[in-house]
Amino acid sequence: MKHVDEYRDRERAHALARAIDEVATRAWRIMEVCGGQTHAIARFGLEELLPARVSLLHGPGCPVCVTPVEILDHAVALARRPEVVLCSYGDMLRVPGSTIDLRTARAEGADVRVVYSALDALALARALPEREVVFLAVGFETTAPGHALAVHQARREGLRNFSLLVSHVLVPPALEAMLADDDRRVDGFLAAGHVCTIMGASEYEPIARRHRVPIVITGFEPVDILHGIQLCVAQLEAGRAEVENAYPRAVRPDGNSHARARIREVFEVRDRRWRGIGEIAASGLGLAAPYAAFDAERKFGLVATPTAEPDRGCRSGLVLVGKLRPPECPEFGTRCTPDHPLGATMVSSEGTCAAYYKYRRPA
Amino acid sequence: MSFDPSCPVPVPGELIGLAHGGGGRATWRLLHELVLPSLGVADGAVSHDAAELAVPAGGRLAFTIDASVVRPAFFPGGDIGRLAVFGAVNDLAAAGARPLALALSLVLEEGLPRDTLRRVLESIAAASRIAGVRVVTGDTKVVDRGKGDGIYTSVAGVGVIAAGLDVGPHRIRPGDAVIASGDVGRHGVAILSVREGLDFDAAVESDCAPVTGLLDALLAAEIDLHRLRDPTRGGLSATLHELALDARVAIAVREVDIPIDSRVAAACELLGLDPLAMACEGRLVAVLPPDHAARAVAALRARPDGAAAAVIGHVDDGPPGRVVATTQLGTRRVLDFAASEQLPRIC
Amino acid sequence: MCLAIPGEIVEVLAVAEGELAVGRVSFAGVTKQVCLAYVPEARAGDFVLVHAGFAIAQVADDHAREMLAYLAGAEQEES
Repeated sequence: MKHVDEYRDRERAHALARAIDEVATRAWRIMEVCGGQTHAIARFGLEELLPARVSLLHGPGCPVCVTPVEILDHAVALARRPEVVLCSYGDMLRVPGSTIDLRTARAEGADVRVVYSALDALALARALPEREVVFLAVGFETTAPGHALAVHQARREGLRNFSLLVSHVLVPPALEAMLADDDRRVDGFLAAGHVCTIMGASEYEPIARRHRVPIVITGFEPVDILHGIQLCVAQLEAGRAEVENAYPRAVRPDGNSHARARIREVFEVRDRRWRGIGEIAASGLGLAAPYAAFDAERKFGLVATPTAEPDRGCRSGLVLVGKLRPPECPEFGTRCTPDHPLGATMVSSEGTCAAYYKYRRPA
Repeated sequence: MSFDPSCPVPVPGELIGLAHGGGGRATWRLLHELVLPSLGVADGAVSHDAAELAVPAGGRLAFTIDASVVRPAFFPGGDIGRLAVFGAVNDLAAAGARPLALALSLVLEEGLPRDTLRRVLESIAAASRIAGVRVVTGDTKVVDRGKGDGIYTSVAGVGVIAAGLDVGPHRIRPGDAVIASGDVGRHGVAILSVREGLDFDAAVESDCAPVTGLLDALLAAEIDLHRLRDPTRGGLSATLHELALDARVAIAVREVDIPIDSRVAAACELLGLDPLAMACEGRLVAVLPPDHAARAVAALRARPDGAAAAVIGHVDDGPPGRVVATTQLGTRRVLDFAASEQLPRIC
Repeated sequence: MCLAIPGEIVEVLAVAEGELAVGRVSFAGVTKQVCLAYVPEARAGDFVLVHAGFAIAQVADDHAREMLAYLAGAEQEES
C-alpha cells in the first residue's frame, strides 16, 4: 500500500534505531498519547529496536478505555429499550460497564449493531423511521468532525429518530493534567498525528513552552514513530522544548479548518470524566444547544451520575498516565487477559494492556 | 400468493413449507422433484436410510463432519453448499484421506424459496464433482419460520487414508518445516465484503476449494508428511496454535514469508483486522522434515492452487503451545491466539 | 481509534443538493465509498487519509517524498 509500505521498511527502521542510539546520551522517557501508536509499537516490536535508555510510556490515548462507566451503563440501558437501535464502533462492545457490556446485552436480545462510520448509523435512521437510532459517539478530535457532520446532516434532513450518546475527549487538557502532576515522569511527548491533522499544531505550543517539554507530532507507521522518537530525543539532548511536525505528509500547521469549523458549530467544550483518571476540566465535547434534539442523554432523560468503578482490582488509571507498565501489574496475564479482562485497557484493541498482551515479547 | 405460516398443507409454487419436512408425500415429492435432480442424482442412487460403501481391503478410514451456517449464504467465490462439501473433504485431506462418500443433512427454514434450495444443491453437486466424490445419502428437515435462518447444511464425509501414511501430532519434531499452500485470509475478507453495513469491494473471492489435489501432489513427491491441517475459522493463527498445542511444541514463523494477497492485507488494514486470524477455506498447512521442504514447496507450486506455497516457519524450541512471529522489521513477538472469531458466522 | 489509512481517490461521485460529498477510494485495490466533505480540494488521483468513513486530510506527496529523501540522506551519512 502506498504511503504505508515505505514506512514499514526494515532498513529505514533500523537506521532510525541506530540514529536514536547515537543521539541519546542518557535515559529519557517518551510518552505517546494515541492508542493507534501504542498498537503499532507493540505490533512491530519497536521497543526491541530502541536502546534501553530510551523508554516508551503510553498515555491515555485510547478513547474507548477512558469512556466513563456511566456512559456504558447508559448505552446498555438504551439498547435494552425495544424501540432503540444502539450503534457503536466495534471495540466498544466488550468494555464492561458496572455490570455487563454491550455484547452481553446484545446476546440477551438488545438491538446493538456494530458500524464502521457514524454515516452508517445515519443511514440506519433513514431506513428505520419507526426506530430510535442512537450512536455511541466515542473518540478524540480525529473522530469528532465525522460525528459532527452526521448530526449536522441529520438536522438538515429533518430526521427525528437519530441521536448521539457523546463521550468525546480532547488531548491537550489530558497532557496538561499529566504535566501538572508532581509525580510526572514524562520527558517528551509524541503527539497523535491524526488528531493533529484536524487540530493542527498550535494548541501544543503553549504546553511545550509552559512545561518545557518537547512535543513531536508523529504518525503511526514504524518509521514514523521511530522518526518521532529520534526528533524528541534530539530536542531533549539539546535542551529544546518545541512543537515539531514529524508527520508533514498528513499534518498542516493549521490542521483541517473545515473539520474544525464543523466541530465548533456542532459541539461545545465541557468538563469530562476520564475513566480511571477522574474529571479533567474542559477536556471533552458535548452537543451544543442548537443540536440538543440530537443528544441522547437529553432525549431519553439520562442523568450522568458519576458511577464508581466496580472494584475488580483493575489498575487502568495508573496505566493510562504512564505510571504503570502492563507487565508490572500483578493481574496482567494472570487474572486479567483479553479472555477475561478486568478493565478497559485490556478490552480495547488499542488499550495499552491489550496491546502488550497481544504482542508480548517472547521471554 | 399469500402464505399462512401456521398451515401445514404444502403450498404449491415457490416456498418450502413445514410439510416438506414431515416425512410424507410432500417430503417424497421434494426429494424426487427438487433435491435429487438438483444433486444430479438418478432415482435409486441415493439411499433414503443408509448407503452401503465399498471399502478397499485393508483400507484405513477417516471420518469427519462439517456444518455450514455461513451468512450470507451466497458470497464471492462460493456459497453455503460448496463450503460444506469442501469443508468435509478438506478435513479428510488433513487426515491424509481421499474422500470416498458424503452424507448431506439439510435443515431448512419454512419460507425458504425453493429456488434458493435448488441453487445450493446444484452447487453441492458441482463441488462434489470437483472433489471427485458423491453425496450417497442424506436427510432433510424443515423448522418453523423464525427458527432456522434460511438454510443450514451439514456434510459428513468418509475417506480412505493413503496407504502407509502416518500423520498426527506424535510425528512432529523440533526443526520440522511449516508450509502454507497459498495465501491466507481470503475467505474471511470475501465474507466481510458482502456483510451488511461494511460496504467495501475487495474484489476478493473466497479461497473455498478442495485441497485433496495438494495432498496428492505431496504424496506423489514422496514427502514424509508429519502433520496436515486445513485452516478455516480463526485462520492461519488458530491452526498454528492448534498444531503447537496438540503436539506440545513451539512454532516460529516469519511474517514476510507468509503469503497474503495485497487486497486481503489492505482490507484488513482498513478494518483493523489481523489477516492471520481471518478464515481460509481452501488451504493446507503441512509440517514435515526440513530436508523435504524445498521438494514439498516445488510439488505444491507446480499446481495452480499451490502457486503461492511457501515455507512460513518451523517447529522451534520453546514453551509448548507458543507461536512466535518475526515481524517484517526483524523484531519478535508472540502470536496471539485470538479468544474468539473476529466476526461471527463466517463458515 | 485513530485508525486512518491512506487511499487513492478513484472517483468523486456526483451528489444531489443537500447530500454529503462522497467518492470511491481505493486502498491497494480494495475500494470503499468515503465521505469527502472535509477534503473539498481533493480530486481523483489524490491520496487521502480515511478515518471511520471520512477523508480527514490529503496526503501531500511532496512532503512524503521529502521526508523519505531526508531519511535516506541521514542513513547515508552514517554509513
